[in-house]
Amino acid sequence: MLIFLNHLINGISLGSVYAIIALGYTMVYGIAKMLNFAHGDVIMVGAYICFFSVSSFNLPPAVGVVLAVLACTALGIVIERLAYKPLRQATSLAVLITAIGVSYFLQNGAQLLWTSNIKMFPSFFSASPIGLFGGELKITIAAIVTVAACVVIMLGLTWFTGRTRMGKAMRACSEDKAAAQLMGINVNATISMTFAIGSALAAIAGVLFCSVYPTLTPTTGSMPGIKAFTAAVFGGIGSIPGALLGGVLLGVIEIFASAYISTQMSNAIVFAVLIVVLLVRPSGLLGKQVREKV
Amino acid sequence: MKKIRLSKTNRINFATFGAVILAYAVFQFMSGTGMLSSTIRGQLVPICAYVTMALSLNLTVGVLGELSLGHAGFMSVGAFAGAVAAAALPIDSDPLRLAASMVIAALAAAAAGTLVGIPVLRLNGDYLAIVTLAFGQIIKSIMENLYIGIDARGLHFSFLENRIIFRDGGRMLLNGAMGVNGIAKISSFTAGFVLVMLVLAVIFNLVDSRAGRAIMALRDNRIAAESVGIPVTKYKLMAFVISAAMAGAAGALFALGQNTITANKFDFNTSILILVFVVLGGQGNMWGSILAATFLTVLPETRAMRGLADYRMLVYAVVLILVMLATNNPTIQDFINTRFRRKKKKGGAAK
Repeated sequence: MLIFLNHLINGISLGSVYAIIALGYTMVYGIAKMLNFAHGDVIMVGAYICFFSVSSFNLPPAVGVVLAVLACTALGIVIERLAYKPLRQATSLAVLITAIGVSYFLQNGAQLLWTSNIKMFPSFFSASPIGLFGGELKITIAAIVTVAACVVIMLGLTWFTGRTRMGKAMRACSEDKAAAQLMGINVNATISMTFAIGSALAAIAGVLFCSVYPTLTPTTGSMPGIKAFTAAVFGGIGSIPGALLGGVLLGVIEIFASAYISTQMSNAIVFAVLIVVLLVRPSGLLGKQVREKV
Repeated sequence: MKKIRLSKTNRINFATFGAVILAYAVFQFMSGTGMLSSTIRGQLVPICAYVTMALSLNLTVGVLGELSLGHAGFMSVGAFAGAVAAAALPIDSDPLRLAASMVIAALAAAAAGTLVGIPVLRLNGDYLAIVTLAFGQIIKSIMENLYIGIDARGLHFSFLENRIIFRDGGRMLLNGAMGVNGIAKISSFTAGFVLVMLVLAVIFNLVDSRAGRAIMALRDNRIAAESVGIPVTKYKLMAFVISAAMAGAAGALFALGQNTITANKFDFNTSILILVFVVLGGQGNMWGSILAATFLTVLPETRAMRGLADYRMLVYAVVLILVMLATNNPTIQDFINTRFRRKKKKGGAAK
């Protein structure tokens, strides 16, 4: 039972990271109607920047995180401006190919800049876990921080999209871009803002992910990226609470699959979930069925 | 108008066939007279395999208008199925055994394509890209954990750990992460040439058939196509499964020209490489794919390009982005049209 609870806690903690990444996918998909493949690689860039500012420049971890967030925000805006904005009228296939190009560019750029040698990400949180039930149930500080960060981000985003002017503009754009523009909303600025927020979240997710799985390589981001997309589809793409639900469920499924079924096959099992979701309920758990207008 | 365009397509098709035959004859002559370096000679079978891969992906990307990021996964299925079949089949004649292995490989990859295609292709949106990306990863982890052996009683399968117990005379065919070792090299340049010609014939005939027109109608406007009664899933699945089968055959051709194959030979990088062939050659343009695949397979092997090996992937990424920007951005398109194609009227709405 305690082992089960331990796995559950690990799963929720991993799932919270997926949820934060999935938010970036979901927001961009909701507004720009595009699948931003480069999102996973922005995570990797964020983790590298935090890694270098802490281990090479001896900055405190908090500064490293802030630097990573700033750099990734800038990166997200630049990617959007250079690669995606010129293709706003293009077919979705062209945008997809560009996005995969950007993703591949980031991976290989990182490989040239930082080599493919594994970097061991420093752990920011004290290694000694908190023991419950007489020390038999262990909860690491990293897990608590991850879950807390996820909850704070989720509440913040819900408030942002629901209450602020910019957030309302985002929802308007995701509903109908042309109508939003007629109402005086600057659609391009709104889309840039969405990319900025998504990439900032990706930086945080990168640091949190690497605190749990400390091996950092240029391809670190791609796996959590695909899984977070799976989580976003699972929860209902375009929906913010859906990203949370999907992320946490997927994290729990992954940890249980590797604990009780097979470690090597846990990734395959996670993707099997994606296929089952697409078969049974393509709009996801919390997504709404949108009827197509012609 | 229609008739003229059709005959133009036919001209291009015949020119493509002719060019492939000519290239085969030239390469065969050069390799016979020793004019080709041994590196290039060793690349002849892989070139044919990659050309087939590019044609196959072009069917998905250019004709069907969907993105597959796991095409190397289908190649992998074909490669392992083909290698195991070639080692297990009791056929003495090498060309026959190769042909049979390639058929089995194509069937295996087609089965995988159907499995991936059925849940995804009935949906609207970019799901195929992400699911095929995931498929590529799944296939890698499955192949690294699959053990196949053979003895007098037949084939034995084992998953995750090697639990195969042989009677005397048994041997391992597929050894998990170690892959398949000691493959008898039965692929030849001629076999590759035949495969390329066959794949070209299938694609050209498909595109020119009722089914092909339905598939292209779906690509150009799904809603309009659906409203005139074209069954979406059926035709999408048809194109995708044919494409997967071709990738499988290419995988078998490739594998049977190597000593050893392992699952990580067919990773995400390979899928992207094939996508670069298609994008650079032009979506829907078959001779473009053949040219791009040939050049980009040979070019990194030449001495002048060795020094740039580190930058190769980065260049591929930039190529993907720039080609998409150049062919899809209205501003750049207008610029090109006014500068270079002043006489030509812009044909057909490009959406």
